Amino acid sequence: MGECPVCAGDVELAADAIVGELLVCDDCGAELELKGLDPVVLAEAPTAEEDWGQ
Amino acid sequence: MSNGSLKIGLLHSLIRKEEKLLIEAFKNAGVEPIMIDDRQLIMDFHTAPDIDVLVERSINHSRALHALRLFESAGVRCINSHHVSQICGDKLLTTAVLKDNGIAQPQCRVAFTEESALQAIEELGYPVVLKPAVGSWGRLLSKINDRDAAETVLEHKTVLGSYHHSIFYIQQYIEKKGRDIRSFVLGDDCIAAIYRSSDHWITNTARGAIASKCEVTNEVAEISIAAARAVGGGIVAVDLFESDDGLMVNEVNYTMEFRNSIDTTGVDIPAEVANYVINQVKQ
Repeated sequence: MGECPVCAGDVELAADAIVGELLVCDDCGAELELKGLDPVVLAEAPTAEEDWGQ
Repeated sequence: MSNGSLKIGLLHSLIRKEEKLLIEAFKNAGVEPIMIDDRQLIMDFHTAPDIDVLVERSINHSRALHALRLFESAGVRCINSHHVSQICGDKLLTTAVLKDNGIAQPQCRVAFTEESALQAIEELGYPVVLKPAVGSWGRLLSKINDRDAAETVLEHKTVLGSYHHSIFYIQQYIEKKGRDIRSFVLGDDCIAAIYRSSDHWITNTARGAIASKCEVTNEVAEISIAAARAVGGGIVAVDLFESDDGLMVNEVNYTMEFRNSIDTTGVDIPAEVANYVINQVKQ
């Protein structure tokens, strides 16, 4: 379990969560990046850049 | 060589659903991928992490392009290669290699000034699609229906765009009747395909298009594999238009997204990718 850095809501982590993974806060909808697992650290995900994607 | 002894590096930044699925697929095949975050990477042109192969999954084209070159400089085999990323990442270069290989594609013009771009558009005939030579997810595409729109968009791109927006890539508009085809190619096999349907003329799933299964017919497989070979091979997704003259290649993607295509096609695309990479390393 982590805390959303935007709304302070609880964010559930999957058992196979990986550092770097993108998550969405169910409370506020913010897109988050999992920065650490022990302890759990969540940060707002970077916004899409011009060269992102396929 | 057992799978467990393979050292497969996975170059990434943010971990999207595709990367998670690939990690799981490698683990199911007995390989624990070595995660390499491009945000923490420092390369010196000579050395690289101790891996047998690098699987490129960066979300940033520019990082992928340059990191692949540096890994190859350090003697690491990369899937896809720097060459493939260079060709697929630039629509102008993709068009050139498709033309060199005689593969059907929409007519295209390239111009370098506002005035010559307008002339090229008028010669090609309305509507046309103006695309950034380097771009993705359907962003900054402009369907230009008449001269007024052409003058406006060209002026905006010239004044407001960064320098690469002054390379005007102009494509004939193909009436695709609400859908296009995306096919998935691994080496010499076209493993799956989907239709991408939308009421909007842009049919990227990143822009809300709906995916449905497309049978991999001989025609789909042939042009998809030919396009994949033309860009240098490896793991690519090919976007196809169904025109009155048959299938045409629109684009070829080298860091393919497939989350919407697994259930749709019934093909375990990440498992296929993992097996392809493992077999490539063992060859």
